[in-house]
Amino acid sequence: MSSETVTIPRSSWLLLHAVAVFAFLYLPIAVLILYSFNGEGVGGFPPHHLTLDWYRTLFADGPIWDSVLNSLQVAFAAMVISLAFGVPAALALDRAQFPGKALFRRLVLLPLILPGIITGLSLLMLFNLTGTRLSLLTIMLGHGTALISVATTEVFAGLQKLDRAQEEASLDLGANYWQTFWRITVPNLKLPIVGAALLIFTLSMDEIAVSFFLIGRDNTLPLEIWGRLRRGITPEINAISTVIFIFSLVAIVFWYRLRVRAEGSADVMAELSEPTSP
Amino acid sequence: MFSRAYKTAVTAPPLVWVAVFLLVPYLLMFCYSFWSVTPAQTIVHSWDLGNYRNLLRVDVYWQTLLRSMWIAARVTIFSLLLGYPLAYFLSFYAGRRKDLFYQLVIIPLWVSYLVRAYAWKTILGSDGVLNTLLQYVHLTKHPLEFLLYSPFAVVLTLTHIYTPFTFLPIYAALEHIPRNLVEASHDLGATPAQTFWKVIFPLSIPGVLAGATFAFVLSLGDFLAPLLLGGPSGIMISNIVVSLFGAAYNWPLGAAISLCMLVLVVSLLFLSERLEKKWSFS
Amino acid sequence: MASISTSGVSSGAEPNSIRASLLSIRNVAKSFGRNAVLRNISLEIAEGEFLTILGESGSGKTTLLRIVAGFESASAGELWMGEERLDRQPPYRRRVNTVFQSYALFPHLTVEQNVGYGLRVAKRPDAEIVSRVAEALDKVKMTPHAKSKPSKISGGQQQRVALARALVNRPRLLLLDEPLSALDANLRRQMQVELKSLQREVGIAFVFVTHDQEEAMVMSDRIALLRSGELEQVATPREIYSRPATAYVAQFIGHTNLLKGEVRGGVARCTSLSWPAKFPDGPALFSLRPENIRLVAAGRTGDAGSVRLRGKVLHRAFHGATELIGVEAGDGLVLVVRTSGSAAQDTVELEFSPDDAVPVRESPGRV
Repeated sequence: MSSETVTIPRSSWLLLHAVAVFAFLYLPIAVLILYSFNGEGVGGFPPHHLTLDWYRTLFADGPIWDSVLNSLQVAFAAMVISLAFGVPAALALDRAQFPGKALFRRLVLLPLILPGIITGLSLLMLFNLTGTRLSLLTIMLGHGTALISVATTEVFAGLQKLDRAQEEASLDLGANYWQTFWRITVPNLKLPIVGAALLIFTLSMDEIAVSFFLIGRDNTLPLEIWGRLRRGITPEINAISTVIFIFSLVAIVFWYRLRVRAEGSADVMAELSEPTSP
Repeated sequence: MFSRAYKTAVTAPPLVWVAVFLLVPYLLMFCYSFWSVTPAQTIVHSWDLGNYRNLLRVDVYWQTLLRSMWIAARVTIFSLLLGYPLAYFLSFYAGRRKDLFYQLVIIPLWVSYLVRAYAWKTILGSDGVLNTLLQYVHLTKHPLEFLLYSPFAVVLTLTHIYTPFTFLPIYAALEHIPRNLVEASHDLGATPAQTFWKVIFPLSIPGVLAGATFAFVLSLGDFLAPLLLGGPSGIMISNIVVSLFGAAYNWPLGAAISLCMLVLVVSLLFLSERLEKKWSFS
Repeated sequence: MASISTSGVSSGAEPNSIRASLLSIRNVAKSFGRNAVLRNISLEIAEGEFLTILGESGSGKTTLLRIVAGFESASAGELWMGEERLDRQPPYRRRVNTVFQSYALFPHLTVEQNVGYGLRVAKRPDAEIVSRVAEALDKVKMTPHAKSKPSKISGGQQQRVALARALVNRPRLLLLDEPLSALDANLRRQMQVELKSLQREVGIAFVFVTHDQEEAMVMSDRIALLRSGELEQVATPREIYSRPATAYVAQFIGHTNLLKGEVRGGVARCTSLSWPAKFPDGPALFSLRPENIRLVAAGRTGDAGSVRLRGKVLHRAFHGATELIGVEAGDGLVLVVRTSGSAAQDTVELEFSPDDAVPVRESPGRV
């Protein structure tokens, strides 16, 4: 490795920079966790007395939990839709030739990088035209459509690494395409599929730009939070964010374990998905 | 080896879905942008360029668009300045702690975007963390008002949000550089600085382009951070679109602005893709 | 450019060549875009024979195998297995199984599950699967590793599992795509012998693809030599060695000397050499194997009717039991001669029998 051949001062400047960036990245998170225990709510620094009141308020707050339930439903539906169409899309991109393939590829992947407002608005126009009443269902369709890109990129990358002889061997041994898909292709793509599912779920739970335009009567969690932030400052938001943060950490650890066990290498995370829009 | 039936089975469903939920809506947006709305708030299929003329004629539209691009450009530059050295440090100097550091960059992404933006509001507000702290240590007597409800707050928050996104492709590009190239460069007598500028940096350009495109495009279209932290001087183009689709009720004009953004974004993506290809040597 | 039909091959009189035809490859061609990979291939594969498709990389041998297996479709031509048109069937309906080059064992299944895969997807009864898998594993001596994952066993063992996985389905034809290429030299030789005796034992026809001519010679009943998408010759190893049809075949299999000359009035001439040859007049090319040229002790008379020449030794290469020497025989003619002893002298006297100078067709673009 080259790290031994490098002079010390240079790397210590870089270390200093890294520490500063991490401080920048974690400052808001630290503040939000700290203030979720702050007796005075959001004002004042440093906090004078700590309390669990905001968590108590949170757990008694019906609308928040309703919105959490809504978000979970949306995220689950988005996951199903994205995988149901994203996995075949990856297979099509990997192994079929058809007119308009290049356009198709670009269209599928576009929502990954497009500002959510464009995806949200264009779908709003569609639903408006077809007279579809806005509801959780329209949000599910919106998230599902936008996040197909995640499933497709993850699974396509997995397919590129998959030895084609695996599927050939299966066909050769008498399994038809359907059997081969379920017995060989899917088990070989277990990691990308589970990874995509987790990522889609999390992104959907946090999505707001698309939901913002497709919302009906029922709020998702981010929209519920948004509504409260617009009305004023509530430390309860800090509490729910802290709770979600803890859940996310658990999910990361779970996912990391899964990958390391499956691939058994340290550079596992370097191959993690391309970045996705919030 | 895959039969026609197999190919049809995997191609048709996503093709139909993408056509219905992506292609048609974009086309619809295109159509809307040529329509107009009457004072009685009904949409007329007028098919003219009135909305686009308005865009050029009314100062607030193109000025806001320019301001949004300027904000997005600053976010991009700051994200690169923060993200690149971090990625370089992780890839080349972090040694065994590489994985841990990598996780530390990713973890903030799991905290809701909205909540992080809101946390910055808590930090920057007049009785927020920063001002209280500054007064506590007697650096200032009065709260600094420019911190919140300003383009500064928007740039700061968006930089915070998009730095990890800029970091990721740069890190991936750096990780793909074979380490023996660095050794070869040292072996041929190049100093570490020369090696960086002549070998490492050029090979990481595709990652830089991808990261920069991400930061620019996503912050250009943002409307939540400006609403939360921007104040009147921090309004961005998407905020105008939101109001046109909401209270102002002028969908056609909103569609025209959205379409301009779409075209801008797609051409940027195209450009970045071309440049990335030019700079990738494998 | 007609391909060589196999009907004329039986003169080799090996017992295998009389067997009934199992698979008939008729005028098969394949191109990828403008690139023609196979041209007009016709080949009969007999029941129970061990046929090797031999060729350099890029000769189209793997493509031909993949067409038979069903992973590629031919651009033209037909495949017939008895009365059945095979090329219209998907791979999973063909009673043909493949041993892949890198074995393609399923990493998420155990050895046992890999071997049982074909029976399971065919929905055979559990009891039958269990007993047939056990039998197949026993045949390749892999019973102790039945519960292992493929990543935990050695390359040679993976190879046996791949064989068992294919044979357990009782295919009519087994295709092997360079199955030994990943093994080291010693294991490879051992597997050649095992594979050959396994084939005799199960009596299934094997089509074996390789680029290694020695391997082809050792294992095959017949060799089909493929070059740039065309069949050069299909014959038994013995015949292909002693009666090569083309200059390419002669050079690809073993060492040879190519003598370029002409025939006129029943006499072949090449530089200063001449010998009786019953061929039509015209330019001719002869293949003369190094071991068919003998050193003649100075002053001794050689065999009657043999062609004699003198020459200067240019170089020597030691090959263990034999030695190859290059002899300059005048007029720029250099002959490679295989000798068993060590010829220490600088000038040597050589002779060969006219029968050993085998006329071969020119191979365009080579020689």
